[in-house]
Amino acid sequence: MLSAKASRDSHGQDSSYFIGWQEYEKNPYHDVRNPTGIIQMGLAENQLSFDLIESWIARNPDAVGLKKNGASMFKELALFQDYHGLPAFKNALVKFMAEIRGNKVKFDPNKLVLTAGSTSANETLMFCLAERGDAFLLPTPYYPGFDRDLKWRTGVEIVPIHCSSSNDFQITMPELEKSYQEAQRLDLKVKGVFITNPSNPLGTTMTRDELNHLISFSMAKNIHIVSDEIYSGTAFDCPKFISIIEALMDRHLENTDIWSRIHIVYSLSKDLGLPGFRVGMIYSNNETVVSAATKMSSFGLISSQTQYLLSRMLSQSKFTSNYMEKNRKRLRKRKEMLVSGLQSAGIKCLKSNAGLFCWVDMRHLLSSQTFEAEEELWKNILYGVRLNIPPGSSCHCSEPGWFRICFANLSEGTLKAAMKRIKNFVGHNYQEMACDQRSTFYKWLSKILSNNHESDRY
Amino acid sequence: MRLLSRKATCNTHGQDSSYFLGWQEYEKNPYDEIKNPTGIIQMGLAENQLSFDLLESWLANNQDASGFKKDGQSIFRELALFQDYHGLPAFKKAMVEFMAEIRGNKVTFDQNKIVLTAGATSANETLMFCLAEPGEAFLLPTPYYPGFDRDLKWRTEVEIVPIQCTSVNDFKITAPALEEAFQEAQKRNLRVKGVLVTNPSNPLGTTITRNELNLLLSFITEKSIHLISDEIYSGTVFSSPGFVSIMEVLKDRNCESTQVWNRVHVVYSLSKDLGLPGFRVGAIYSNDDMVVSAATKMSSFGLVSSQTQYLLAALLSDKKFTRNYILENQTRLKQRQQLLVKGLEKAGISCLKSNAGLFCWVNLKHLLSSNMFDAEMELWKEIVHQVKLNISPGSSCHCTEPGWFRVCFANMSEETLNLAVQRLKSFVESMNNNRSHHQLLKNSRRSKSLTSKWVFRLSFDHDRESEETIAR
Repeated sequence: MLSAKASRDSHGQDSSYFIGWQEYEKNPYHDVRNPTGIIQMGLAENQLSFDLIESWIARNPDAVGLKKNGASMFKELALFQDYHGLPAFKNALVKFMAEIRGNKVKFDPNKLVLTAGSTSANETLMFCLAERGDAFLLPTPYYPGFDRDLKWRTGVEIVPIHCSSSNDFQITMPELEKSYQEAQRLDLKVKGVFITNPSNPLGTTMTRDELNHLISFSMAKNIHIVSDEIYSGTAFDCPKFISIIEALMDRHLENTDIWSRIHIVYSLSKDLGLPGFRVGMIYSNNETVVSAATKMSSFGLISSQTQYLLSRMLSQSKFTSNYMEKNRKRLRKRKEMLVSGLQSAGIKCLKSNAGLFCWVDMRHLLSSQTFEAEEELWKNILYGVRLNIPPGSSCHCSEPGWFRICFANLSEGTLKAAMKRIKNFVGHNYQEMACDQRSTFYKWLSKILSNNHESDRY
Repeated sequence: MRLLSRKATCNTHGQDSSYFLGWQEYEKNPYDEIKNPTGIIQMGLAENQLSFDLLESWLANNQDASGFKKDGQSIFRELALFQDYHGLPAFKKAMVEFMAEIRGNKVTFDQNKIVLTAGATSANETLMFCLAEPGEAFLLPTPYYPGFDRDLKWRTEVEIVPIQCTSVNDFKITAPALEEAFQEAQKRNLRVKGVLVTNPSNPLGTTITRNELNLLLSFITEKSIHLISDEIYSGTVFSSPGFVSIMEVLKDRNCESTQVWNRVHVVYSLSKDLGLPGFRVGAIYSNDDMVVSAATKMSSFGLVSSQTQYLLAALLSDKKFTRNYILENQTRLKQRQQLLVKGLEKAGISCLKSNAGLFCWVNLKHLLSSNMFDAEMELWKEIVHQVKLNISPGSSCHCTEPGWFRVCFANMSEETLNLAVQRLKSFVESMNNNRSHHQLLKNSRRSKSLTSKWVFRLSFDHDRESEETIAR
């Protein structure tokens, strides 16, 4: 009766990423009303800089009142459904995007396509670049939502590029080639590579070497690169953020084929913390892509009311430069709070310089280096410690034991409460493990009479 | 290897049709009362510009709604973060109540069965993704809204098979036509998943009769298929017979516990009734849990801005406002439609008798040089380029008979509408004169003995003058 899409679970929303979210919804933490509830650390939201936006709005009531110089713009905006987008908004956006990249790159508003969130942008790009059954290569670990956004209605496949902790999960040439071969083995035509830079869930910016590998690889294979730069404004530490476009320009590839096979996705959901307003975009040097994506954006246009408000806000350089600076400072401070909190519980994080989360190493807390043990640990943490933190397996990580923990969607107080809970949990866990270790040790000792064997869990 | 997908490179988005081309011509030379009085008057855009004053005055008196405030307190943060695809509860409640009000409260809707989408464009495509596989088909009565060729087919790869409706019975849907369309689909090896109707109809401007709705229900029951009723114009019904929603007919036939109950889905939007196409507010309403569930997840690809949900939740929860708006809006639409119909009448042009919508379905068959679509295209080009009116030719709506045009009346001022009618009148007059001119020439060639009489009746100068008037 219904389509396969509607009846099956290929929307990927049965993954632990979404289940953890649901559990949180049933029992959400509140410092006063529900202090034993689940603390949400699985949602990559940026709640640190609303005050800056709110005070801008208070100073600029015309922007929300749909007025311009006191005169009502209501009628024009109510009627404005042009899929080319509000020109003033696109101009402001390209300026903002350039600012984020230290003005090393300039963007052309005619190459920008507005969409209802980057969720819509990513799906639209798949529709434009690939047929059903074609594939895109994605480095693992990656954002769980991609299993729905890139694959569900498009019929496109994802083939992972396995990255490992041995080199801090960086993309290597051998792994790129391996995943390409894997796609061939599966009889899938590879249309491109899809990266998130800065990375979700790693919280790291891509190195120039990685970007160069990707560019060389895509040139050799004659495929596309989609660079989701949704977190570009959250890069708060060095090394600085390098956009794929900057890397291309530095290699003087502007007038080559690859130039028109690069597509950037952006959104205001993370940098500005406005996921509710549904503002995403595609930037492409390929005219045909811009043209097709523009028409496809009919299926997810941005409300003109929202376009107007944000065009006013982002046109003010004074606001944007102040916002970017303060926002980055606050993110860095908050990240450091999380990192040191975890450190005091004996937990390490991948060294990160961007994003709204840390990639946390809990391998030493696993009962065994398996995904089953990871799931066990995830459940303990969700139901026992009452923290929602997505496990690495939901991000397709190839090694068990890694978790993504968000730090920008909760107050300092709540973060501290979460750290306390983790410390207690780890302490308890260590004690249990210490017992297990002792019994294991004696077993070893009885078998082999020589060396002390210190577990690498300590 | 193809660099881009077929979807990106071919023209199945349907935007090369005359519907969109006329729009483009208008954009190049748009009429403005002062700045460009000889420009093209846009009569191809079904917008409702008649009741903005009501909305604006509500906004002026309720600034909290646009200022992210509730009882004076800022809720900016909550709204900025609100991306739940289940939608803002207050907004869904207000929407279902508004929908019920439009239907005279003869039907009520459950807010848990409504899915919010970025416009009806998104709603319709999403329903296709939920109900059909690529290569399957939906039956649509002709003439239909040109945008469906893109919205229903492009990325979904669903096919449309037309249900041919003709002027013989005012383009009503008949049982034979339904059956014929179904057979045609079978012939083309297409599995039919359902029927999609627009009620009130675009481009006809008529509400679907109870008979037709009953016919449709019986048909989908027999064939075990779906029915989508796009009721985007439901609030624009301004005279009798009133609007009968498919939901009302289902209720009247006691279908609540039958299988067909789950196979009827309604699409709605605030783009026409409230005249807010820029705000991107659409909705799917379905009794099928699985459809609601899948469509809800799919709405991630086109959510309504929380800023907009909040504003409109406040607007539509104001029952005093909605009651007044619905009535006043309908009154103004009726008056405006009458202006167009009477004006056209004076030009010897008749319209399909209509009681809804933002347009009339106009009969220009008598102006065609021949009863063919080529002649319709010829006439359309003349009207766009010479008469400087952008009206939509029936062929762009897949009408089976040449000569019908959709002419919008609610997207311009009264003065502009009068001017448009005047231009059309002059055009028709000159056509008539030309026709009689050509006719006379023909006859004179045939009958030499009548030459002297004809010479007195030929007024070349008069004809040239009229042509110049039109060009101005």
